[in-house]
Amino acid sequence: MAATIPLVLAGCSGSGGSTSSGKVDSITVLDYYNQGNDKTVIGDYLDKCGAANDVKINRTLVPGSSLIQKVLQQASSKTLPDVLMLDNPDLQQIAATGALSPLTDYGISTDGYAKGVLDAGTYKDKVYGLAPTVNTIALFYNKDILDKAGITPPTTWDELKTDAKKLTKGSQYGFAVDANATYEGTWQFLPFMWSNGGDEKDINTPQTEEALSLWTDLVKDGSMSKSVVNWTQADVNDQFIAGKTAMMINGPWQIPGLKDSKVDYGIAQIPVQSASDTAVAPLGGEVWTVPNTGDKAKQKVAAKIVDCMNSEKNQLGMAKLRYTIPSKTAAAEQFGKDVPAEQVFVDLVASARARTGELGEDWPKAATKIYTAVQSSLTGQSSPADALKNAQSSN
Amino acid sequence: MKLERLFQLLFLVPAAVYLLLFFGFPVVKNVIMSFQAYTTTTFYTGEAPWVGLQNYVKVLGSQLFGTALLNTALFTIGSIVGQFAIGLLFALFFRRNFPLSGVLRSLLLLPWLLPLIVSSAVWKWILDQDSGVLNQFLGGVGIGPVPWLTSPSVALITVILVNIWIGIPFNTTILYGGLQDIPEELYEAGSLDGATGWKAFRHITWPMLRPVVSVVLVLGVVYTVKVLDIILGLTNGGPANATQTIATQSYDLSFKQFDFGSGAALSNILIVISALFAIVYLRLNRKAVDD
Repeated sequence: MAATIPLVLAGCSGSGGSTSSGKVDSITVLDYYNQGNDKTVIGDYLDKCGAANDVKINRTLVPGSSLIQKVLQQASSKTLPDVLMLDNPDLQQIAATGALSPLTDYGISTDGYAKGVLDAGTYKDKVYGLAPTVNTIALFYNKDILDKAGITPPTTWDELKTDAKKLTKGSQYGFAVDANATYEGTWQFLPFMWSNGGDEKDINTPQTEEALSLWTDLVKDGSMSKSVVNWTQADVNDQFIAGKTAMMINGPWQIPGLKDSKVDYGIAQIPVQSASDTAVAPLGGEVWTVPNTGDKAKQKVAAKIVDCMNSEKNQLGMAKLRYTIPSKTAAAEQFGKDVPAEQVFVDLVASARARTGELGEDWPKAATKIYTAVQSSLTGQSSPADALKNAQSSN
Repeated sequence: MKLERLFQLLFLVPAAVYLLLFFGFPVVKNVIMSFQAYTTTTFYTGEAPWVGLQNYVKVLGSQLFGTALLNTALFTIGSIVGQFAIGLLFALFFRRNFPLSGVLRSLLLLPWLLPLIVSSAVWKWILDQDSGVLNQFLGGVGIGPVPWLTSPSVALITVILVNIWIGIPFNTTILYGGLQDIPEELYEAGSLDGATGWKAFRHITWPMLRPVVSVVLVLGVVYTVKVLDIILGLTNGGPANATQTIATQSYDLSFKQFDFGSGAALSNILIVISALFAIVYLRLNRKAVDD
């Protein structure tokens, strides 16, 4: 399928770069894309944007788990980088410290982004961070296994239950999720909770209970391994590749590995309770920000780099190379046309919800409650209702 | 004379500075932090409002505190008893020299040489309920499948077992060293008086080994009470908080929920617990030696 619509873009050809300050010749960048494909792609695009603004990019990479600690250290020693990447649920936490500057101060337009993307980047009505590409999770299924069983991907919870049961035999489970005791476990539960009308403000509600009952029932009837309480998303993917689970919940970042594995897989929306419900997916991805370093000239150039990374052309370019979805609606639509296999993610991202959209800085506490409740219920320690009630009232 | 005294003091300065900088400062800072609303904002602005005992009230009043305290106690006692008993048996075993005993003894050190993150990742693999090697093996002899890391009632035991495995080399090495210091003549004299086997152990080995035993146990407790990486690597404190200890809970509060004040309060409680234990134990021990 050829791309039919030529993109007319302003992109990163920002020629105003040289007029602001002739003295800025390098910009420091901190991010956690420290491996493989992501590392190269992001590095290339940063360099491109640097070149377009006549600056050299000095990039520092840290592992994902130590980024926040590094940022906090830099915040207290006043050595923050000129451009900082953050995982989107951490943005409000860092913006609340005062360490970041609003992107609107630099005249960066926030038009054309999906609502969830802006929610994730906003703190107290100001946008501090923009994500060039975003992601979410969906249902991955093994086409061979489903075809043999004569099953099409489930769309409702009832179908999911019956199909998962049918697909469970021998050492093969029907379904797998990550329900571990980390925010990853929470993230995987969110689409089930949100699509059913549950909300993180109060998880002690019938809507959330129904979602948790679904997961609990899947474990109880053996369609899902008891080990899910200790699996990471990477573990779940390994199970899928090894043919030990017919369906799984996972994200587009697994696609390179899945392609190498030669498993014939398909991607569908995560089932909802009744066919009339709308799937609400959690928004994932990293935002780029401009910290308050005190050097106004550099901050201005840094903002140009962030703007350039977010140009439609660059969003699309990075999206194709990284299997993630452009955050601007127009670019996402184009991406869906160019890469039809990922149309499911394009649809989901358009209405995806930011984890910090509602609770902001209080999200980590709510997220802890959610995975705690999921764990107590899946291990049979308490009923879904009690698990949610206890977790909600804990502090 | 005065000059000599001055020089004496000067020689102490490096050690004193080092202690203040690397031990005094962090402890004092941690204590101060526990009385403040210390959040991510503090790192940027440097401002941390004083909140008095609020952090302590919060962590002590949390539902999780009781669970974490009990788990910490069980984890510590279980690990120490296991490590020490097995370590002592190995030490006694290697006391007699036999062909290849040197090689075997160095092989025993392996768990100690592996980074903890690596060993916990490998153990997590071995202990997987469905496809782990251990359950495959047990299944072959008709046992299982055991929910090693997935059942709240088994997970703590599993984590303790892994920690015992990690602690054996340390116990064996120190105890083996202690055994080497017991003069052979004592056993010769003892055997003339009829003290062999268990009697020799009871009346010669054990009393002579006592100072080493107390060192091993005190260090063991101090190392074990604060264990973090193994638990995080194996279970992240789950399932359903079954392996949540004060150390993991404190880490969670500080670095996952960014509530550094409460995290500091909890870790201070941990410091007090291990300090109390060390003081009591050292006192008991001194008495025993004096007697």
